[in-house]
Amino acid sequence: MEDTYTIMRIFAGTGGLIFMFLAFIGMILFIFRPGSRKVHQDSANIPFRHDDKPARSNETDGSDAHLREARQ
Amino acid sequence: MLDYVKLLILGLVAVLAAIAASYARDMLYMIHMILVMVTATGLFLWQLRRTDEPVSAEVLETEYMDGPVRVGVALTAFWGVVGFLVGVFIAFQLAYPQLNFDWAQGYMNFGRLRPLHTSAVIFAFGGTALIASSFYVVQRTSAARMWGGGLAWFVLWGYQFFIVLAATSYILGGSQSREYAEPEWYIDLWLTVVWVAYLAVFMGTLIKRKEPHIYVANWFYLSFIVTVAMLHVVNNLAVPVSIFGSRSVSLFSGVQDAMTQWWYGHNAVGFFLTAGFLGMMYYFIPKQAERPVYSYKLSIIHFWALIFIYIWAGPHHLHYTALPDWASTLGMVFSIVLWMPSWGGMINGLMTLSGAWDKLRTDPVLRMMVTSVAFYGMSTFEGPMMSIRAVNSLSHYTDWTIGHVHSGALGWNGMITFGMLYYLVPKLWNRQALYSLRMVSWHYWLATIGIVLYAASMWVTGIMEGLMWREVDDQGFLVNSFADTVAAKFPMYVVRGLGGVLYLGGALIMAYNLWMTVRKGVAKATTTAAAPAE
Repeated sequence: MEDTYTIMRIFAGTGGLIFMFLAFIGMILFIFRPGSRKVHQDSANIPFRHDDKPARSNETDGSDAHLREARQ
Repeated sequence: MLDYVKLLILGLVAVLAAIAASYARDMLYMIHMILVMVTATGLFLWQLRRTDEPVSAEVLETEYMDGPVRVGVALTAFWGVVGFLVGVFIAFQLAYPQLNFDWAQGYMNFGRLRPLHTSAVIFAFGGTALIASSFYVVQRTSAARMWGGGLAWFVLWGYQFFIVLAATSYILGGSQSREYAEPEWYIDLWLTVVWVAYLAVFMGTLIKRKEPHIYVANWFYLSFIVTVAMLHVVNNLAVPVSIFGSRSVSLFSGVQDAMTQWWYGHNAVGFFLTAGFLGMMYYFIPKQAERPVYSYKLSIIHFWALIFIYIWAGPHHLHYTALPDWASTLGMVFSIVLWMPSWGGMINGLMTLSGAWDKLRTDPVLRMMVTSVAFYGMSTFEGPMMSIRAVNSLSHYTDWTIGHVHSGALGWNGMITFGMLYYLVPKLWNRQALYSLRMVSWHYWLATIGIVLYAASMWVTGIMEGLMWREVDDQGFLVNSFADTVAAKFPMYVVRGLGGVLYLGGALIMAYNLWMTVRKGVAKATTTAAAPAE
């Protein structure tokens, strides 16, 4: 009965909006989950590992990766 | 086997291009098809000589694939100089109309060279910088060699071929009249092919990564690749008048057409010039400062906030038009909300230096990167302000907009790219250091003063012209004719041109410095002893 535009428009202003908002809030809450600090600290140091060569296939982290943290 | 498929495709393309050239309905199309034919034939011969040759070495999974990055870095410097040169020339064309030479009418007048300038700096300089740096960053942060073998070379050279097609079409008058999306339908199709390959290379490398986590710079790069693909495809939906001609008709009409264009246009700024370059920022600033990013949490919030908000900001380009009020208000509101993630990101970039601010005194490369982040903050402050409807009624169609774009492009995109080049060239060619740090300092100051001259003169002339346009006398008649505003702008136009000369001079110094780093730089010792624990 209604044209496509109106249906889309109504959905965008209700369900779509609420979904986007909740997804965004959920993302922020997830970032601050307990235990995330250690994970993020490790992730932030990724650029300081494997600068010259890829990781060898039998390891997931550089063998001396723990030595390649940034000086801080 | 794959070699034979390649030969087949190249041969087929060459023949089809020859046929298309002979049926061509306009000169531009014919020239392009001849260009395609010659390129495909050349590649056919090149491929033929390599076919069935023994492969010299098995694919080295123990090394990074830096060949395309090296070529990309050199091309970035080249396109930068070309783009800035054209920019300086058209700046002086505006100040001195005699530079629209009679003998070059229809080819080198302002209207033809202006899209050449914008595309040369945004897509040739910026795009090549993004491709090269993303290839470098995704390998390092995934601890894996690039996926797809030669596909990365295809992406790099395919993109360069797109640039050549686009640039020649502007000179020869081929344009579908969509700002920053001028190339006609067949060039758009080619870019789509290249872009899909780019996505495949990038995703493939991420999928085979050895690091458990995907580093945030790659999020930004990936969002840039995915969003640009979406924007490019939707905004270029068009029906060619003939498959043997360059003209096409847009699938949209009227205000929908305008809205699609500026949805594309603003998100090209948001995802090409912002998200992509933020990927650079989140890798190269921590590397140059030798410190991890200030807050990894903030960088994730920065990413998602940017993604959620930027996509809505386009309608602010269409204030006071046939676009419904609610849509332009929506665009304005989201533009203002963008202040938050932009400044959050700027703070994150700047605070990465906390505890290491002294490095700014000794390291001009880091200084360049930090200045670029400062310009990011400045232009993302100015932009939302200009998107407010009342401000826009003064600023729209004036040189203020041009000034705003350039403080973002020269300051943010330009400076972070220069920093990236200065970081990468010694790394990629295994040099101990840059040829000359003094030259980097010269480049830094020339570029900074150039931007200041540019932005300041455009603020003055933009606001002046906006005020002159709306000035009415006590009878309600307009006081100034359009020509009056043009005459009044002359001194500022000269200053702007001089700012461009300084910026171009800096880029030339950089090109020389990088060249000498490769030619004369002292090689780093190749064998690194086992690093002792610090």
